[in-house]
Amino acid sequence: MASRRLTGMALVLVLVLGGALLSGCKQKITLDVRGSDTMVNLGAAWAEEYMAANKNVTIAVQGGGSGTGISALIAKNCNIAQASRAIKQSEIDQGKAAGLNIKEVIAAFDGVAMVVHPTNPVNELTLEQLSLILRGEITNWKDVGGNDTAIVVASRDTASGTHVFVKELVVQMRETLKTAEYGPNVQFLPSTAAIVTEVSQNPNAIGYVGLGYLKPEIRALRVKNDANAPAIAPSVATVKDKSYVVARPLFLYLPGEPTGGTKDYIDWILGAKGQEIVTKLGFVGVK
Amino acid sequence: MSRISPATAEPTLLDLGVRPPTANRRLASERRARLAATAAGAALVAVVALIVLFMARESLPLLTRMSIWRFLTGRHWYPVSSPPVFEILPFIVASGLITVFSLLFAVPVGLATAVFIAEMATPRVRGVIKPLLELLAGVPSIIYGLVGLAILAPYLRTLLSLPSGLTGLTAALLLAVMILPTIVSMADEALRAVPRDYRDASLALGATQWQTLTKVSLPAAASGVKAGVLLATGRALGETMLVLMVAGGRISLPTGIAQPMRTITATLATEVNNAAYGSDHYRALFGLGFVLLLVTLALSVVAERYADRARRQAGLGGGGGAAGRRRQPRAQLKLGAARRQTGGDS
Repeated sequence: MASRRLTGMALVLVLVLGGALLSGCKQKITLDVRGSDTMVNLGAAWAEEYMAANKNVTIAVQGGGSGTGISALIAKNCNIAQASRAIKQSEIDQGKAAGLNIKEVIAAFDGVAMVVHPTNPVNELTLEQLSLILRGEITNWKDVGGNDTAIVVASRDTASGTHVFVKELVVQMRETLKTAEYGPNVQFLPSTAAIVTEVSQNPNAIGYVGLGYLKPEIRALRVKNDANAPAIAPSVATVKDKSYVVARPLFLYLPGEPTGGTKDYIDWILGAKGQEIVTKLGFVGVK
Repeated sequence: MSRISPATAEPTLLDLGVRPPTANRRLASERRARLAATAAGAALVAVVALIVLFMARESLPLLTRMSIWRFLTGRHWYPVSSPPVFEILPFIVASGLITVFSLLFAVPVGLATAVFIAEMATPRVRGVIKPLLELLAGVPSIIYGLVGLAILAPYLRTLLSLPSGLTGLTAALLLAVMILPTIVSMADEALRAVPRDYRDASLALGATQWQTLTKVSLPAAASGVKAGVLLATGRALGETMLVLMVAGGRISLPTGIAQPMRTITATLATEVNNAAYGSDHYRALFGLGFVLLLVTLALSVVAERYADRARRQAGLGGGGGAAGRRRQPRAQLKLGAARRQTGGDS
């Protein structure tokens, strides 16, 4: 009996030491990335490319919304949070309370397209008209030069960074209307894909999606900063030269200064390979 | 002392001198088994009680900030604004509307299907329909959501000239299909538990099949049917994925079923990941969940009472045959007395 126990322990010891020796060559790194739905495909593309080149790294990417990602970061449930909106001061404070000094990295730029059904006769709107539509104060397409039908607004829900970004920029007119909210008839849908489905099937719908989600089944409106400004269509070029106004940075939030595996990954994202993927997916690079 | 009744010659164990175990004659192994079973039962009760207490603890601090009346009857939900507003009436109404309408669609169809497979279908037809229903019961709710998004919503939009096809009506229709198997199974079982004697007696007295069904079989099966409906209600109230995808997501108070709306479950699914731990938003969400929990618990309790009644009826009703006589001496005593009263032969 005793000799059996001894052999068992010796075996375990050998296995553990052997495993340690073998893995000591290159340390296994696991990164948990969560957050923005807008950035989830981008995050997944980065992860795939990076893991192919670095076999000892495993990166898991999840969506759920910018708010979800930042919450997870503060709760220490993930290593990197992806967000399509800036972190709020209250969230920074919560992070400090949890012992984190949250660091912000701008990884790309994105335009948010205001989309309608391809048969909708309306082609362009001013920022103010868009604001009035999203606030529910304009309820019929005929008030903006379209058909006599009710406007159906398809928005993202509050977990989405795009929701908050569009609220601050469009609904609150660059935060000048501090108490403005989305209108009472706005539909809060759970994902960008749901918005694309609704807008592509409903001729009365208007919604907003990131540039990377534009498809032939939906049409992006041209946006005018005010009544006298030129109507700009969203594209990589117009986001880059800042002529398209509904544009925003895409952030990566970290629990502190990045070190080790995380730092290598962030540097890679900001480097040539990572930015190449950014443009390939329809976003705008940081350079 | 003999307990053999004149109505039957079969002796019970009592007559053979087997005494039931009294407390000080219980074997140690029996005692251990009793303890284990009691512990398991107690653990289950403890889990439910702890869940309720946990939900209450997480949500009650919100009451220091706002009155419970405003929480339950106000109509504005602005969780991320400053200052935030937490009022949940629109979600309660949406959950209620969708559940009621799904039952309105599912109960008649379900009951009719159950009547068909319990009373009218040949065993072969029954053997086809029952497995199909089990299949339907196994379809994940997200599939219903996809069907709703891609097919039902645009169809309803054009059919009813609605601004949007993502409405409570769409969700209720799909939910009805989802809860149909529950209703059909339980109603079918309840109907099959009605003893043949009842039906035979009714038909022998000259009643038509329809009269027998509506005045004899269904009332006898009523408890089981009600239990099934209540179970289906609980399931409809708790459904999350389907209503999240298909009901429209509008957070103002719905005034009709064919409007976009957001249920309690959809709100929880959307926002619980997003709310900071311990914040007012977090507490408001737990309050919302607590309301849902209390309603579903109440439904379960009522359903269990009906199911109990159904089981008891089935036990007594089964006493018409020989098995019943062996099981329930009291019932067969009554039968014996009745037979003697009517002067019938034994």
